[in-house]
Amino acid sequence: MAEHIIELKGVTKYYDDNLVIDNVSFYVNKGEFITFLGPSGCGKTTTLRMIAGFDIPTSGQILLNGKDISLLPPNKRPVNTVFQRYALFPHLNIFENIAFGLRCKKVVNTYQNENGETYTKTERFSKKEIAEKVKKALAVVDLEGFEKRSVSTLSGGQQQRVAIARAIVNEPEILLLDEPLGALDLKMRKEMQIELKEMHKRLGITFIYVTHDQEEALTMSDTIVVMADGVVQQIGTPTDIYNEPANTFVADFIGESNIFNGTVVGDKKVKFCGKTFDCLDKFEKNELVDVVVRPEDVHMCTPEDGKLKGEVISVVFKGIHYEITVQVGRFEFVIQSTENRTVGETIGMNVSPDGIHLMKPKYTTNVFDGTITKRNTVEFADGEFECDVTQLYPNSRIDEEEYLVTETGERIDLTGTEVRVEVGLNDVMISDDETAGGTTGHIISIIYKGDHYRLIVRTEESEEDFVFTSADLWNENDFVSVIIPKEKIKLSLKHTEEKKR
Amino acid sequence: MIKKCLKAFYIGLILLLLYAPILLLAVYSFNESDLIGTWGAPSFKHYTALFTDPAILGMIGNTLLLALIAAVLSTVLGTVGALGMFYCKKRTRTAISGVSQIPIINAEIVTALALAITFVTVGMEKSFFTLVVGHMVICTPFVVLSVIPKLKQMDGSLYEAALDLGASPAKALFKVVLPQIIPGVISGFMLAVTLSLDDYIVTSYCKPSTFNTISTYVYNATTKGNAHTAETLSSFWALTTIIFVIILAVVLVANLTGRKKKEERR
Repeated sequence: MAEHIIELKGVTKYYDDNLVIDNVSFYVNKGEFITFLGPSGCGKTTTLRMIAGFDIPTSGQILLNGKDISLLPPNKRPVNTVFQRYALFPHLNIFENIAFGLRCKKVVNTYQNENGETYTKTERFSKKEIAEKVKKALAVVDLEGFEKRSVSTLSGGQQQRVAIARAIVNEPEILLLDEPLGALDLKMRKEMQIELKEMHKRLGITFIYVTHDQEEALTMSDTIVVMADGVVQQIGTPTDIYNEPANTFVADFIGESNIFNGTVVGDKKVKFCGKTFDCLDKFEKNELVDVVVRPEDVHMCTPEDGKLKGEVISVVFKGIHYEITVQVGRFEFVIQSTENRTVGETIGMNVSPDGIHLMKPKYTTNVFDGTITKRNTVEFADGEFECDVTQLYPNSRIDEEEYLVTETGERIDLTGTEVRVEVGLNDVMISDDETAGGTTGHIISIIYKGDHYRLIVRTEESEEDFVFTSADLWNENDFVSVIIPKEKIKLSLKHTEEKKR
Repeated sequence: MIKKCLKAFYIGLILLLLYAPILLLAVYSFNESDLIGTWGAPSFKHYTALFTDPAILGMIGNTLLLALIAAVLSTVLGTVGALGMFYCKKRTRTAISGVSQIPIINAEIVTALALAITFVTVGMEKSFFTLVVGHMVICTPFVVLSVIPKLKQMDGSLYEAALDLGASPAKALFKVVLPQIIPGVISGFMLAVTLSLDDYIVTSYCKPSTFNTISTYVYNATTKGNAHTAETLSSFWALTTIIFVIILAVVLVANLTGRKKKEERR
């Protein structure tokens, strides 16, 4: 079993009142190249900063070789960082930049005195040692002879290399890289990716890499940790993550995908887009699932031979392949193929069982904690909604003074009663008009599911999420109000005791 | 062409009006007469008087000593304050930076009076110490003001990078942060020296009665009812001229070297 060089146990981080990392646990094997992948603001950089020691977790532990280092200051950790904007010291030349870490370090040397006894001395590196180490580090990053140059005379790529040399010269146990290639152009980035990967092989140091570029993550990593919203979504090898995404977020974020709602209709049989397909994943019969089909797994054929038939509605040339969008009934399919098709053509399509990936849906309904307010409305998720409170008591009604009268004729004032509020995925509407609905929030996620979109709206104050489907396309970060029809709000009592009048 | 001439004339006129009073003194400093208006034979008499009068030499020394001590202390205080402020949480930072700039906006006479009253309240005799404190109160906010922009320009991850490479917080501060903000610290120091050199109001409220700086000395000497001879007064013409020439030289050198540096960078 490989040694766990670093392990996070239930790490949670708040910035003021904002939860940025929510109970994250994982481990990194010694010598591994691990990548934190996620959209900006998902908490990947914060996780890295906590490993480096710049941020202290609010709760949880970070273990390095089994020892808790959560509270250790950064200068005491055997970890070095390559920063996003390099953070080279502009007042020092290249040599001094790289030697900075060596000059801070103390090493224990063993000597022998004239009586043959050995003794140890804690010393700093000698000038000669430093010069040698710097030279070696510069050779690793292919910048021999740059010692006397000043930082400002270097190009972005060269500065990047110096930043790497400055980190690895200290022989850290772990090298942390915070989107190090973000500022480079595409070609340079590709070259550096290969070089970094080779460097990792040669040095044998554990690399922890942060990026939002899924292609970069797939190319370089041994293991990928996909993060979103401060939560680890999936941990696995690049192949696993691509072929077996754990949920719709991962499927949508890593590569292109067609995502549909499906139903399991039999043993390894799933129905979506109105047709039944064979698949490899085993689920209970009649279970609702999310179906992912990668664009390259859709095979085009003649309309007669295809299980699905549709009309080509757009063709985009992408260099290596064509991206063909096909309308199949109400659904849209995206296909990547080296073959070309013309717009308007009717084609057939087949998907082989190993091209269909089924996932348990993450969201099936919305559940909130609510409180009944005056006038028989319910307050939840930073807003107030009209609701039908008579559903709380069978056969009850509202009298003319707006009190609830139960079956037995008892009058109840429900104000302040805590209830469980349930709203179905298809029962939420949103509007641009901020006053139209019961509460407001920003759209934080949009995933296309063939014939509709699945949206998540997050309210501002208590950060409650509404997950729902919509036929209309909205934009991420749109500020919208949430409308829920009165009859679609399902209420149930949380406590048996109620206030009686 | 006419437009160009007009432009040059306009600039010339403004400069002339600005500098005429000083030029008048400069011209009269090179003659024998003790009165402006009567032109005597050209001579260096006033300059000799200036450099032989022990009282004048003493107060020039006092002024320079005070300016240096006050400037050094306020530079240290201001830089440390700016650093502390910069690494505060945002709300605290806004509050502290607002409060720290009050002495700049406040009328100097109010500051001076407040200082004098404070010294009396705590039972402190006016001394060189109180004078230094007074000057620090006016200089420190300007140091803060010139250091903060340099901190803002600095790449925030530099300090973290130094810690990451194993430097202690103190070492990171002196080896990495300080070299980045040193231009701001120096210009803050220069500002402090200038402010201290030409301050009159705070000085006159905080100084012991026997102590004089150039500004208080000149003020006392030119106020009616003081038994200063016309000779002493006219030696100030020489002093003014010397100060003017020194300032002119400093400004010219600063501008020229600044331009050279810019060209080199290109």
